[in-house]
Amino acid sequence: MTTEQLHDVRLTVNGVGHDLKVPARRLLSDALRHDLGLTGTHVGCEHGVCGACTVLVDGRPVRSCLMFAVSAAGSEITTVEGLTNPDGSLGPVQQAFAECHGLQCGFCTPGFLTTITAGLRDNPHPTHEEAREMIAGNLCRCTGYQNIVKAVERAAELVEEQS
Amino acid sequence: MTTKLMGEKVQRVEDQRFLRGKGRYVDDVAVGPATLHAAVLRSPHAHARIVDIDVSEVLDVEGVHAVWTYDDLADLSAPMAEPLPLLIPHPDLTHGRTQYALAKDEVNYVGEAIAFVVADDRYLAEDAVSRIKVDYELLPAVVGVEAARRAEHLVHEDVPGNVGARMEQSTGDVEAAIAAAPHRLSLDLTVERSACTPLEGRGTVARWDPDVGRLQVWSSTQTSTGVRAAIAVKLGLDLAQVDVITPDVGGGFGVKINHPWPEELLVPLAARALGRPVKFTEDRREHFISSAHERGQVHHVEVGFDDDGRLLGLDVMFWHDHGAYTPYGLIVPIITSTQLLGPYKPAVYRARFESLYTNTVMVTPYRGAGRPQGCYVMERTMDAIAAELGKDRTEVRAVNFIQPDEFPFDQGLVFQDGRELEYDSGDYPALLQKAKDLIGWDEFPAFREEMAAEGRRVGIGLACYVEGTGVGPYEGAHVHIETSGKVKVATGLTTQGQGHATVFAQLVADELGVRFEDVEVVTGDTRRMPYAVGTFASRAAVMSGSAIHLAAKRAKEKVLRIAAEALEADEEDLEIVDGVVSVKGSPGSSIDLGTVAVLSNPLRYAFDEASQAATQFSVGDPGKPPVAEDDEPGLEGRDFYSPERATFAAGIHAVIVETDPETAEITILKYAVVHDCGTLINPMIVEGQIHGGVAQGVAGALYERMAYDESGQLQNASFMDFLMPYVTEVPDGIDIDHLETPSPLNPLGIKGAGEAGVIPSAAVFAAAIEDAEGIPIRSMPISPSELFHLREAHR
Repeated sequence: MTTEQLHDVRLTVNGVGHDLKVPARRLLSDALRHDLGLTGTHVGCEHGVCGACTVLVDGRPVRSCLMFAVSAAGSEITTVEGLTNPDGSLGPVQQAFAECHGLQCGFCTPGFLTTITAGLRDNPHPTHEEAREMIAGNLCRCTGYQNIVKAVERAAELVEEQS
Repeated sequence: MTTKLMGEKVQRVEDQRFLRGKGRYVDDVAVGPATLHAAVLRSPHAHARIVDIDVSEVLDVEGVHAVWTYDDLADLSAPMAEPLPLLIPHPDLTHGRTQYALAKDEVNYVGEAIAFVVADDRYLAEDAVSRIKVDYELLPAVVGVEAARRAEHLVHEDVPGNVGARMEQSTGDVEAAIAAAPHRLSLDLTVERSACTPLEGRGTVARWDPDVGRLQVWSSTQTSTGVRAAIAVKLGLDLAQVDVITPDVGGGFGVKINHPWPEELLVPLAARALGRPVKFTEDRREHFISSAHERGQVHHVEVGFDDDGRLLGLDVMFWHDHGAYTPYGLIVPIITSTQLLGPYKPAVYRARFESLYTNTVMVTPYRGAGRPQGCYVMERTMDAIAAELGKDRTEVRAVNFIQPDEFPFDQGLVFQDGRELEYDSGDYPALLQKAKDLIGWDEFPAFREEMAAEGRRVGIGLACYVEGTGVGPYEGAHVHIETSGKVKVATGLTTQGQGHATVFAQLVADELGVRFEDVEVVTGDTRRMPYAVGTFASRAAVMSGSAIHLAAKRAKEKVLRIAAEALEADEEDLEIVDGVVSVKGSPGSSIDLGTVAVLSNPLRYAFDEASQAATQFSVGDPGKPPVAEDDEPGLEGRDFYSPERATFAAGIHAVIVETDPETAEITILKYAVVHDCGTLINPMIVEGQIHGGVAQGVAGALYERMAYDESGQLQNASFMDFLMPYVTEVPDGIDIDHLETPSPLNPLGIKGAGEAGVIPSAAVFAAAIEDAEGIPIRSMPISPSELFHLREAHR
């Protein structure tokens, strides 16, 4: 077997540029976690169903386990680490999760936080049904989703207050 | 006065790191190019003899550092060539079998580990795994309880009839009691396999430090002390050379209590052999086919009862599918056979089971651990009795309840911990009243008519359970007050999302009189607390909560002793508020806890302000040694809690479902939980546990199963095919009411709460669907298509 060919990629993550050399098959999730050390993005199924690895690529939620790192070149990527406020305090979605007990083991949480961040940008005033719909593509095994739905509704209030 | 935190909805401290993406799960440890990555070749066959393994194409691959099969293990460490331990032996487990870390000669389930590869990264390790050639001689696979019982083929040649264990417990002559009863029924009841399926699979990282001759291991386990002991034995190390740290864990639900998994030994072995950190992270398919399952059981019930539905004789025989191996002994079927009784007191009871081998993934406890099956059997029986007698289902339950004045109540059986099955406290009639009120039991007939008028079909169900929680043998705690006044707490059991860092800090803040934010709790780190059992059986709050409370009490005793001397006051006159010890009624006379900590440790050096401040106080007798004979330096408390027996939580779930007359879709209209876990430490966290349990219960009742085909291939080993519920499948809102009947067995009156939410689910859904449809429901889980076919069969 020959040594894998490496590709130069510039990834912009949470506003910071990183130059990487990666094989073409390296997943964005692995590049974020293992090459950049941004371990907040979690991998729960490696086939795009659980949503734990969701990051924002140019503002849109993307399953980073289904995207190659080389495909993300030139895009603006936001991970859970990038959701905190500039002063280090929790961003509105994060704050809502803390207030509503929207997490237990915390493994699926980063994917929910990124998904909801994008969801509230598209729909800042979700109805209860829309709040459920917003998280309907992410799996959580601990919370039974009850408090995550509450957190979506609370996050909408916090975003409103902060804007 | 400091507000007591016991019973308060305190926000979780651990969330701050989780929400920022700063949690540290096992795959987040040792990130970087120095770390090597492991992958495992797993059997594609459910039952086969291994004729030959050819690794020649892997050896020279660039980036591959090691390829091991069974034949390599003895050279690496002699005990590795032996089977993995049978953790919980039992005299009735006459034919216990465990697998090897890497298969020797034979594989017995799809997913069994055969070869272990270590490479520069996981991609290369998986490339290498795909180049290993194995020559198999296929053997017939035994799949499911029926095939195991028929025993036309054997899983293990030396286990006749595929029977690993037979066990029987009884409280009298049940056959005579049933024969003499005015009414008799028999039922056959089935529950299919499912699995814990935490979002994070298993994982292990190890680093060998040649400078100090020590091994450091991180594992996503529910017992770091157990893993530590296993590694020491299997790698031929002294216990003192092994540290095991359980970092943040992405859910457990039982599957991570079994240990050691093959990789928990192979990874440390590789780290020592290769002199580099090594990591194994299980992927999702691997979790389905190589981690444990549970639930699969077939039951036969004979019951005799009187005109009121009172149980005169209850005789249960069941067959437990324990998969290919029995590392965790008979815990699950013993729990089914004992906890089946729930809140009831049959005049005579007999439980018998056979624990059977099949060529499928091994079975170890999954949240509820045999109770969901037991509850399902008991509650289906109650519903059948009510139907037979034409009585309200709640009335039949009520006449069988153990009454509040009958505690402690001895069921006359031996529980899974080897102790008597003796319930400590409870109030089941009060629970039933609350459940009926919460779900609207008495109003339901009117609702049913209303819905029927619209052409809609609804049903109501209710199920009761009792759960032995907080089993021993013990947990311990260490509380250390530092000179900064901050309090560092360690307990050895592990955390998988239960919020231990919060609830345990609440207990310490209350007992010591310190600020909540000054308390930091560490769990699952053998360097900090080497004596511990683990997190399972809803035991953490009861066991470690009690131990931490006791350890904090000891630390407080020392604080008061030293502070009394320093302040020249009586201990009884002192109080501690927000970390300051003062003489009651004389606020000027006070001393910080940090200063007390300095005084407790007669060093000569003033490192900081606290030690300088301490010089104004005088403690100790100048005529005696600086550390008295019966004392030790430092402001610490250490204690252990070891209860006589488990404490028994209880609860009732009720549900209203709607079934679509055309499509047989099942919709949850209302879900209600009443729950008694004794004194609540943090109601927010208890309710979170209930929410999660209910969702997992809905999953097990309506969606999830392990779809093995007859050759032992798991057909749905991915999240695309295994239907773990999204938010769209769980009830929109769960009504919860609590009853608090304190346990007399521990100082805080706590009972466990972790598993409760999932126990009555199969029972309660079967009851409600049966009520809606008028068709007996005898097999769970149930899908719309199965309900559709049941309708056809009953047309």
